Amino acid sequence: MNEILQYTVQGLAAGSFYALAALGLAIIFGVLGVVNFAHGACYMLGAVTAAVLLDLVGMNFWVALLVVPVLMFVFGVLLERLLVSRLTALDPLYNFLLTFGLSLLLVDLVKRQYGVSGLPYTRPEILTGQLSVGDVRLPTYQVFVLVFSLLVCLGVWLLMTRTRIGMIVRASTEKSELTRALGVDVSRWVTPVFGFGIALAGLAGVLAAPFRAITADMGSSFIIILFAVVVIGGLGSIVGAVVAGFLVGLVEAFGQAYAPTLSQIVIFVLMAVVILIRPAGLFGREENA
Amino acid sequence: MLEIRGLDAFYGEAQALHAVDITVGEGEVVTLVGRNGAGKTTLLRSIMGLHRDVRGSVTLAGKDLTRTPAHQRARLGLGWVQDDRGIYASLNVEENLTLPPVTHVDSAWSLRQVYDAFPVLADRRRAPGTTLSGGEQQMLAVARVLRTGARVLLLDEPSEGLAPVIVQRIRDIVLEVKQRGSTVLLVEQNVAFAASVADRHYVLAEGTVAADLDNAEFTARQGELLEYLGM
Repeated sequence: MNEILQYTVQGLAAGSFYALAALGLAIIFGVLGVVNFAHGACYMLGAVTAAVLLDLVGMNFWVALLVVPVLMFVFGVLLERLLVSRLTALDPLYNFLLTFGLSLLLVDLVKRQYGVSGLPYTRPEILTGQLSVGDVRLPTYQVFVLVFSLLVCLGVWLLMTRTRIGMIVRASTEKSELTRALGVDVSRWVTPVFGFGIALAGLAGVLAAPFRAITADMGSSFIIILFAVVVIGGLGSIVGAVVAGFLVGLVEAFGQAYAPTLSQIVIFVLMAVVILIRPAGLFGREENA
Repeated sequence: MLEIRGLDAFYGEAQALHAVDITVGEGEVVTLVGRNGAGKTTLLRSIMGLHRDVRGSVTLAGKDLTRTPAHQRARLGLGWVQDDRGIYASLNVEENLTLPPVTHVDSAWSLRQVYDAFPVLADRRRAPGTTLSGGEQQMLAVARVLRTGARVLLLDEPSEGLAPVIVQRIRDIVLEVKQRGSTVLLVEQNVAFAASVADRHYVLAEGTVAADLDNAEFTARQGELLEYLGM
């Protein structure tokens, strides 16, 4: 019983990274129609930036949690303005190639500057150790990551459902052309939405920094799982991205615990089963598939 | 109010519209009738600025729209109701209504007026848009552009696939809109419906205007038109 609870929390904590990053990926895809292949690299960049800022200016984790997403937002805005926007009118394949190339470039730039061995990051004192819940002991950091991510997801959900910006994002995700024809200037929201999506990937990176090995390649396997998450949740579905993120985290944790050799395969088996039963994903709509 | 001059539209190599001239005067209800594939929807999409591969001009109240993007055309007073109604599944009924910005305050219907005219929308205001029936979705689609105060309504086959009693209701709505002074360009295959609401009619065939008839002529030649339309 204890064991199951521990794996559950571990899985949900790992799922938090997927959920946050997939949320960004889903929002970007919804509004821009761009599948951001560089999302894994942006996650990596978030973690690396946190580590570098700790090393250079001694910026602590709590400040990084705020500052790094802002920096990543600016990075996303520049990326969209300078590169992505030039290709959105063309076949989506061009932005696919652009972001794929960008991810290779970012990974190699980080490798060149910081090597391949990984950057150190120390957890803040307060998040080390374990929490006791009854007679179950859970790693404090995992509980923190889970609660923090849930709060961020809740915040994004409120933004999407309770504000006019959220309504416009939902509308243009579903019917981009009609939304413009109804007098909504969708293009005004494209750049901030892209920046916001990148910021979410960066935030996932900062959260992962004290938890995972910070290397240039940390985003490469991450992005593959992230695509599985998005397919399971339903491409373009915001709720789907979050639910599938946590689900994949759980599957991965239990897979590692009970069938270590199969743990990666299990995720893709889950993806295949979902596609067989619901081709548009758990929360996708058929017409969007 | 709305003037289309020499409009050619293309899909790659294929030309879908050939030098189409259409005029819709202020407060007029004008229909476009024609078979499937005659270019009716392409024409509406070109007017709206959604089909960009065009030559010729579209003028709204004296303003040339040729270079104006779709969202600005909407803001200048074009209200488009697309043929599949275009109701958002991820927005509830009220959000579907309030998504488009109000563009002409003096002619805009308030939410209150919309709900008084369509009580079913008020009852279902928190329900996802696509959970409404086909007829209710059509009312929602029309109410949505009425709320913006659009000066010219572009309605793409509002009667399509609806039960006769609902078609009746849609007809009443179009007549009410007309009474309030709005201008309507209506794409229709239902000749009886067209004759019951419109002042004038354009018959579109193979991408060109084949005939321009007033309602008396149109009604007199209904049999011939029905045959021509293959109905």
